[in-house]
Amino acid sequence: MSDLADLTISAAGVGLRSGEFSATDLLEAVHKRATMTEADLHAYLTIDRVGAAKAAVAAESAFRRGEDHGPLQGIPIALKDNMVTRAIETTASSKILAGWVPPYDATVVSRLKQAGSVIIGKTNLDEFAMGSSTENSAYGLTRNPWNPDTVPGGSSGGSAAAVAVGSALGSLGSDTGGSIRQPASFCGVVGVKPTYGLVSRYGLIAFASSLDQIGPFTRTVGDAALLLQAIAGHDPMDSTSYQGAIPDATSGLDAGVQGLRIGLITEMMGGEGYDPEVIAATRATVSKLENAGATVTEISMPSVDYALSAYYLIAPAECSANLARFDGVRYGLRVGGSTTEEMMANTRGEGFGPEVKRRILLGTYALSAGYYDAYYAQAQRVRTLVINDFNRAYETVDVLISPTAPTTAFKVGEKASDPLAMYLSDICTIPSNLSGHPGMSVPVGLDAAGLPIGVQILAPALGEPVMFRVAAEIERQAAFADRAVLATSAVPR
Amino acid sequence: MTYEAVIGIETHVELSTSSKMFCACPVDTDSEPNTNVCPVCLGLPGALPVMNEKAVEWAMMIGHGLNCEIVGHSVMSRKNYFYPDMPKNYQISQYDLPLCINGHLDIETDEGVRRVGVTRVHMEEDTGKSSHIGGDSGRIQDALYSLIDFNRAGTPLMEIVSEPDMRTPAEARAFVSELREIVLALGVSDAKLEDGSMRFDGNISMRPGGTEGFGVKVEIKNMNSMRSLQQALEYEIERQTELLVDGHEVVQETRHWNEGAGKTESMRSKEEAFDYRYFPEPDLVPLAVDEAWDRRVLAELPELPSQARSRFEDLGLDPEAAALVARGETGPLFAAAVEAGADPKSAANWLTGEVMAWTRRNNTDPAATPLTGKHIAQLSTMQGDGRLSASAAKEVLGWVLAGEGSPEEVAEARDLVQMSDAGELQGIVDYVLAENPEAVAKLAEGDEKVLGYLVGQVMKASGGKADPKLARELLAT
Repeated sequence: MSDLADLTISAAGVGLRSGEFSATDLLEAVHKRATMTEADLHAYLTIDRVGAAKAAVAAESAFRRGEDHGPLQGIPIALKDNMVTRAIETTASSKILAGWVPPYDATVVSRLKQAGSVIIGKTNLDEFAMGSSTENSAYGLTRNPWNPDTVPGGSSGGSAAAVAVGSALGSLGSDTGGSIRQPASFCGVVGVKPTYGLVSRYGLIAFASSLDQIGPFTRTVGDAALLLQAIAGHDPMDSTSYQGAIPDATSGLDAGVQGLRIGLITEMMGGEGYDPEVIAATRATVSKLENAGATVTEISMPSVDYALSAYYLIAPAECSANLARFDGVRYGLRVGGSTTEEMMANTRGEGFGPEVKRRILLGTYALSAGYYDAYYAQAQRVRTLVINDFNRAYETVDVLISPTAPTTAFKVGEKASDPLAMYLSDICTIPSNLSGHPGMSVPVGLDAAGLPIGVQILAPALGEPVMFRVAAEIERQAAFADRAVLATSAVPR
Repeated sequence: MTYEAVIGIETHVELSTSSKMFCACPVDTDSEPNTNVCPVCLGLPGALPVMNEKAVEWAMMIGHGLNCEIVGHSVMSRKNYFYPDMPKNYQISQYDLPLCINGHLDIETDEGVRRVGVTRVHMEEDTGKSSHIGGDSGRIQDALYSLIDFNRAGTPLMEIVSEPDMRTPAEARAFVSELREIVLALGVSDAKLEDGSMRFDGNISMRPGGTEGFGVKVEIKNMNSMRSLQQALEYEIERQTELLVDGHEVVQETRHWNEGAGKTESMRSKEEAFDYRYFPEPDLVPLAVDEAWDRRVLAELPELPSQARSRFEDLGLDPEAAALVARGETGPLFAAAVEAGADPKSAANWLTGEVMAWTRRNNTDPAATPLTGKHIAQLSTMQGDGRLSASAAKEVLGWVLAGEGSPEEVAEARDLVQMSDAGELQGIVDYVLAENPEAVAKLAEGDEKVLGYLVGQVMKASGGKADPKLARELLAT
C-alpha cells in the first residue's frame, strides 16, 4: 500500500469505505507526514492532535454503524487560521490575537464537522490574510514544498503547502485578491475561489468583507469539487450569502470541452513582470483545449489594468474598519497605557505587523473627509467597470483563461521589502474578486527551475460547473497530479 | 439688536423589539451584565450582522408617524470611531441613504400650530454601557477602572433628526414631548428619558431677529430630561447672545450640559470633531422596501396622538382634556373605557385625575396596573346611578388599581355600595322621622335648615351607606 498521505480525497474515500484502512490510519499517516515536514515548511500554526483523533474515531464508528455523511467522512482537512474554531486557538497569524480561543465555530467549520471530516489543525497565513507570500506571519514564515528557498505564495500559504506535501488531504483558504489561487499556483495544487456569496463568511476573520471568499485546496479538480460542495450553501448568519440553488461543481467533470468557448485575456498574456515560461505554459494549455474541441479567442479587458489600484483602495478601506475591533478591550493582546486611547494605541502598535498597519493607514486615508470621492468612490467606479468588462466578455465566451500569477514561486525575502512588487503578484487574480465571479487555479507543469505553474480559469457568477469542467480537462491534458506526488516526495520529510 | 434662536433636535429612541438589531439576543437591559450577548453583538472576530426585520418595520412606523417618505432603497453604513463600549469600533448606522426622509411634526405653541420639519429617521445599533469605578465625578477621567456591560450593545436605535425649525426652548420641548407621545402610541419603545431609552442632543445658533441666515452652531449633549433640554437651551441662548452682543464670536463646538451646575461646558471643538469615515456596510445588502411591505406596515399603524386628540374632541371633550387623556399612558385606556360604554367626560376625569395621581404616588404607570377600560366604565356608571358616593368611588378605584378586582367586586367585598334603593332607604327614613318629632315639626313649619340635620341622622343610621340625595328627597316628601 502506498503512503496514505499521498491519496486524493476520493481515493481515500474508497479505501475508508472498503475497509482497506481506517480513518485513524489515514490521520496517522497525515500526522506522520506533518512530523516529517513541519520543521522545514511550517505549514501549520496549530495541530489539534487530540481533537482530530476523536473525530477520526467518530468517523470510524459512523462507518461501522453504516452512517455515511458523504465524501468527506473521515478525511483529514486543514483550515487557514483566519477561520474561527471553537476551543482551538485562532490568531490569523497576528500577535494581537495570541492565545485567543474562540467560543464558536465558523459556518464552514460546522459544515465540515457535520460532513464527518477530521480537522487536523490551523495553517499559517500572512497576518489577517494580507500578503502574497506567507512571510507576513507573526509566527514565522511558511516555505514552499517544491523548493524551501521559495515562498508558498499567500496569503493562504500554509493551506497550500500542507496539501502539496501531504500533511492534509484538503484544506480551506480564503481569497480576497488571489490568496487561494496564487499559493495554489506556487505549490502545484488546485485552489478555488467560489462565486462571492456561495460559501458563508460567518466566522471568517474579515479582511475585506466585499471581497473575501472561502474556498478549497486539493490535489485534484475532482477533490476540489467535493470539498466545495460540502461547504457551499446559504447561511442565515451571513446576509451576503447566496440564497438560490447551489450549482453542482461536480456535474461536468467528465464532460470534456467540446463546443465550449474559451477567452484568453489579452492584458494578462505578457508584458512587464510576466515570466515567459508562465505565458508559454498558459498558451500550451489553451492549445490543448482547442485540440480537445474548444474554440479559443483573445478578449481584451481594458479595465483590468486599473483593477489593482482599485483593489488597494477598497480592500484597505474595508480592513481599516474590520480591524478596528482589535483594541485590547475585550480579547487578545492588551498593552497598557495611562488612558483608554493610549491603551488602544499601544495595543494596536504592538499587536499589528507592518503590512497590516500599512493597509489600515491606506484605508483610513482613502475614507477620510475630503478624500473619499477621489479614492474610495473612484475605486468603486472602477470596480463597476471591471464588472462590466467581465459581463461583456461572458456574452461571447463560457470561461476566461489567464496565468494564475505572472511568475512562479519567488525566493524567500525577495519581495519582502518591496510591497508594490509583492502586490503585482496578484494582478491576474484581483479582477475576479472585484467582480465577485469565481476563479480557480490548476497546475499545468513545472518551469525550468522545477517550480509549478498554475493556469487560472474564470467563469461568470455561479458558473462553477463550467469552470470545473474546463479545469478537469486541463488536469487530464497536463497529467500533473501524478507527477506532483513524485516531485514533492523529493522534498525533505 | 435682538437675536433669535435657531434650534434643531436629534433624538435617539431605543426600540423595544424582542431581539437586537443584528442578532437574536434579547433586548433586555435588566439582566445580569454581559448575559444577553453573542459573537455578533460582542463584535467577535468573524461574526456578521443580520438585519432584524421587525426593527425595520418599527422604524418605518416611526417614519409614518412623522409623515416621512419611506425610501425604497436604503443603505446601512459604517460609522468609524474608537470607543471602548462599542464592540466593533464602528457603529452600523445609516448615512447618505436613510430609511425615512422629508417628514414633519406639528406642535402646539403659544402662537398656534408650528410645523417642524423632520429631515430623516434612520436605523442604527446602540453601544454597550460603561461604568467608571472610583473617582467622584463618575466620568472616565478620574476613574480607577471601568466596567463595560454589553447587554445594550446592538439594541435597535432610531435617530430622528429635525430641521432647525424651532425658535424657542419651549418649542423644542413641545417637539420632543410630542415625538415621545408618538413613539409611545406606536408602541415601539418605552421611551423612558430616565433610563436613556429616549435621549436627545440639541443644535442651537443665534441670528439677528428677522434675518434668514444661520449663525455658528453649537451642539449640546447630555440633557437627560425635558426640563434639562429646556434649561440647557435657555442657558445657551443667554450665553451666545451675550457673546454676540459683546462683539465676540460663537465658537463651533460640542458642549456638555452640566445638570448640577446648571450650565453647558465645552466638550470638544470643531477641530477635534471626529471624522467618521462613513462607507457602505459591506456585510449587509442594501435594504429594499417595496410598496407591498410598506402598505402592510401602514395598515397596522395604530392611532397617532393627534388623531386620538381630534377623535376625543369629537366625543365631547374640550381640547385641553382631550390632549391630556390622549397621552400615551392613558390614551388606550380612555378609548377602551368609552368603547365599554363610559361617559367620555367622566372617563377622562378619572384617568387624568385619580388614576394618574395614584400611579404617580405608586411610581408606576396605568398600563402596568390591572385597570381596564371596562373597570372605568363600571366605576363611572356606579357613580352615575348613585351606587357609589364620590369618596367611595375614589376608594374603590384605589383597590381596583391595587389588583383587588373589578369595581363591582371591590364595592361589594368592602361594603361600599350606597343605599340608593328608595324602598330600602324608606325604612330608615321612617325610623329617623319617628325618633325626631321636634325636628319633624319644625320641618312641617317650613324650616328647611332642619332638613340637613335629618339627612345627617339618616346617614348615621345607615352606617354612612345611604345616598344623601335620595335621603333628602324621601325626607322632604
